[in-house]
Amino acid sequence: MGREKIQINEEFWDIMPDDYKDLVNHSTYGKTDRGWKDVGSSTELIAEHSLCAGCPESIAFRHIMASMPSPEDTVMVGSTGCTSLVFPMVAVHNIHSLFGNQNAVATGLKRALNVRFPNKNKDVIVLAGDGATVDIGLDMTLQSWFRGERFTTICFDNELYANTGGQESGLMQKGFVAKMAPVGKKFEKVRLPEIARESGCAYVAVLTTSKPSLVERVVRQAVLIAREIGPTYLQIYTPCILEIGKQSMEGLQEMRDAEAAGERFKFREFITPEAQAFIDDMAAKKKAEKLASAAN
Amino acid sequence: MGGHESNGMPQIGSMNKKGQIITDPSELFFLSPRTQAFLTGSEVIKEAVKRASVDFSVAYPITPQSEASSLVGELYADGYVGDYMRGESEFAVMGQCAGGAFGGARVFTTTAGPGTLRAFENFPMWAGSRLPIEVVFTVRGVNSPLSIQPDTLEIAFMLETGMLLWHAEDAQDLFDFILKGYIVAEQPEVHLPIGVICDGFFVTHTKDMVLMTPENRVIPHYNPYASPVTCMDMESPPVRMMRDPFVMKSNYISYMTHASWQLEVRAAIERSRKHTIQLLDGLIEVENPDAEIMLISSGTAVSQSREAVRLFRDQGVKVGLVKIKTIRPFPAQEVREALKNAKHIFVPEFNVAGWMAKEIKSVIDRSERVVAGPHVAGGMTMPPEVIVEEIERSLALRGKKELIHG
Repeated sequence: MGREKIQINEEFWDIMPDDYKDLVNHSTYGKTDRGWKDVGSSTELIAEHSLCAGCPESIAFRHIMASMPSPEDTVMVGSTGCTSLVFPMVAVHNIHSLFGNQNAVATGLKRALNVRFPNKNKDVIVLAGDGATVDIGLDMTLQSWFRGERFTTICFDNELYANTGGQESGLMQKGFVAKMAPVGKKFEKVRLPEIARESGCAYVAVLTTSKPSLVERVVRQAVLIAREIGPTYLQIYTPCILEIGKQSMEGLQEMRDAEAAGERFKFREFITPEAQAFIDDMAAKKKAEKLASAAN
Repeated sequence: MGGHESNGMPQIGSMNKKGQIITDPSELFFLSPRTQAFLTGSEVIKEAVKRASVDFSVAYPITPQSEASSLVGELYADGYVGDYMRGESEFAVMGQCAGGAFGGARVFTTTAGPGTLRAFENFPMWAGSRLPIEVVFTVRGVNSPLSIQPDTLEIAFMLETGMLLWHAEDAQDLFDFILKGYIVAEQPEVHLPIGVICDGFFVTHTKDMVLMTPENRVIPHYNPYASPVTCMDMESPPVRMMRDPFVMKSNYISYMTHASWQLEVRAAIERSRKHTIQLLDGLIEVENPDAEIMLISSGTAVSQSREAVRLFRDQGVKVGLVKIKTIRPFPAQEVREALKNAKHIFVPEFNVAGWMAKEIKSVIDRSERVVAGPHVAGGMTMPPEVIVEEIERSLALRGKKELIHG
């Protein structure tokens, strides 16, 4: 979708809501080098939200929205959970259908967009919690990777069911005492990143949202690789401060602790040689362009 | 089919990539020459889909629809269907169909029995999301121990999903309903999923004579920009739809929004009537409307009832018949009118529950006139003699033997 499609008829300027006028005047649609630094200075694609104060998920949401390479041609698929409180206020088309079927919906969506827009890049991004991705929806998550579906799956891993009040999930740490795990979780945190790698993902990354520049790099990379090479998977730690007994201002420190050396969210990524070659090629072209424009 | 001229939709009269001419639906259904073919129901599904400008189809093996969904795959291989895939389960398949429809594609799929129930959560979601997906249910048993045999019990589960439900009697209905179903389901004022139902094996696996529209003509493409809800393709401004997501709020506005949307989905089913009446020549078909004894049902139970009517006629007894074509919308007024003179109403059904008899009792006066039967289930056939015997036995019990032999 080009910028022209969001323009407002002159007659209607006085009655349009302010946030829509902001979108027209200050959005980053079509800006090729958009990123987290645009946050605060141009219209963000997520304005208000009704998550808890200090929720790291809301920060991750903001960083991801700022880092998508072409929001003007991106459709997101969510699932049931805290994210479904945010999606209604996100300024890209997004779908909520059921709990756990997000990768099935994204499969059909991506294929429909390919049939309808064969000469256009239409990116599809799934964004769902760990319950949706790993427990109730695991079958569809994995099957979409087996089939090599060309979209990005992002899991907001808060290591429990947050929206329903803190129940055990497959990505919860072993031993954690939670609702439905009254004597502590009895099995290990599911190793979905490793499973993703073995299931056909071209790019996998595990991180927290403590460093916006890192989020920007992996999100951009994941979407572009999904567009050209194959499925990609990001697992981002977004702790539920409420359920782990932290204060609103303690989310950032919690993420920093969890990504320290030897900890479970220490940054790691996997990329296939084909995807790496694609990224290298893109970087080389960008460099050449820069040199050429500097020479001029 | 206004709207196709704009938005880059292929125009009526132009050719698709297979050289088929995009044809006005009324012209295709009522004016174009039809040719006779002798086909199985599965082959009929393939022939209808070939003429339906389908963008995306998802398949999954389950008896008795496996052959039909494989044949749709052949259409894809030949370039008649935009994209096609095998899903991993019916729950996933219906999610994939939803994704396709959210993205503006015309979607086709098939399932049956346990597959229908495995997929079930998706159906009210389709209706609530106003996705005009077409699914052919080749109905079969859903009981345990496992049965693959014909049985219409699964339709009872579908009644309140918010979907349009049409029940084909035979191969001809199946062909016509598949094509006409899209035209009605995609009307902007309807825009709901549609289940085209046929009885497994009886229709899918038997050969029947079908009058088919020309192979080189197709119905116009689906126009997603005539939808009453936004097509999720980022080709229109992404307005923030809600300032405050009402989905999980416990307040009156939230309850009222959900309640009114549920009512709207049901109102949309009712608004499909006028389009359906025009295309199917009414929601019901009546034979001998003045008879005191009436048979009423849908699907192959109607074919068996036709034979029972003939057996009675041979005995000099006049028995009437009502064929119900659409279960949703339910033709309440039409049924009331057709049965107003009947003294004895029989509802032959291929299921243990007698759900059609309950539907009929709920819309007519003097519902004690209804005999919920005969029933067969689990794959049993219903020879017309069984219907005759049921009527004779019931009337004898009612002390009306003279009606039969008088």
